[in-house]
Amino acid sequence: MWRSDVHFGVATTTVTVLLFASYADAFGGPQVEVPLAPQSTVADLVTRLRDGHPAELPPRPLVAVNQEYAMYDQVIEPGDEVALIPPVAGG
Amino acid sequence: MPYHASLVDRPIDPATLLRVVADPAAGATTLFLGTVRDTDDGRPVTGIDYHAYAGMAVGQLGTILREAAHRYGTCSIRAEHRIGYLAVGEISVAIAVSHERRAPALAAAQYVIDEIKRRVPIWKREHYADGSRQWVDPSATVPA
Repeated sequence: MWRSDVHFGVATTTVTVLLFASYADAFGGPQVEVPLAPQSTVADLVTRLRDGHPAELPPRPLVAVNQEYAMYDQVIEPGDEVALIPPVAGG
Repeated sequence: MPYHASLVDRPIDPATLLRVVADPAAGATTLFLGTVRDTDDGRPVTGIDYHAYAGMAVGQLGTILREAAHRYGTCSIRAEHRIGYLAVGEISVAIAVSHERRAPALAAAQYVIDEIKRRVPIWKREHYADGSRQWVDPSATVPA
């Protein structure tokens, strides 16, 4: 889910990041909204997420875009489904 | 080489999986069951909550089964992973594989469970006998 705004002349886009398990607990809910500049990458997103919660995230948390694991240089496009993936523990 | 994976929120019935993968061409069928253990790292466990990123988990499970089907030439593979609260002894995951030969039937089941643990977005929160609960982080421990 995305929303576009213009603040003080700088275009930002808000991306909704899905959260699960320990990350949902750490961030206090099942999703968090993050303002990003257009053409931001997964690495940019992780940096923004870490700003408010430095102790909660490992050095390189897994991120999924459109339900596939994403590389850190992948650009997040409007409408992408973005999720932060804690260490998996299935089985 | 049919394969099918699903997430379920009801008890898993291994007999159903075995029936589904039955194939006249198969000389071997393997069944792997993951069950809730009553201790973890020495702590008494009463049950486990399984959570999933459902859409992605089903997609990843399907990808893993497709890989196994092509890699091992299986007759048929079926996998189910349960989500929700499970008590000690209940089945959390079941994998059934049929193949002409026993060695690849065993290897395919091993591949599927190893890859599930490595990349399917499912998480578990253990409930301990002392009333506390904790998300399990396999990356923080040495796998047994």
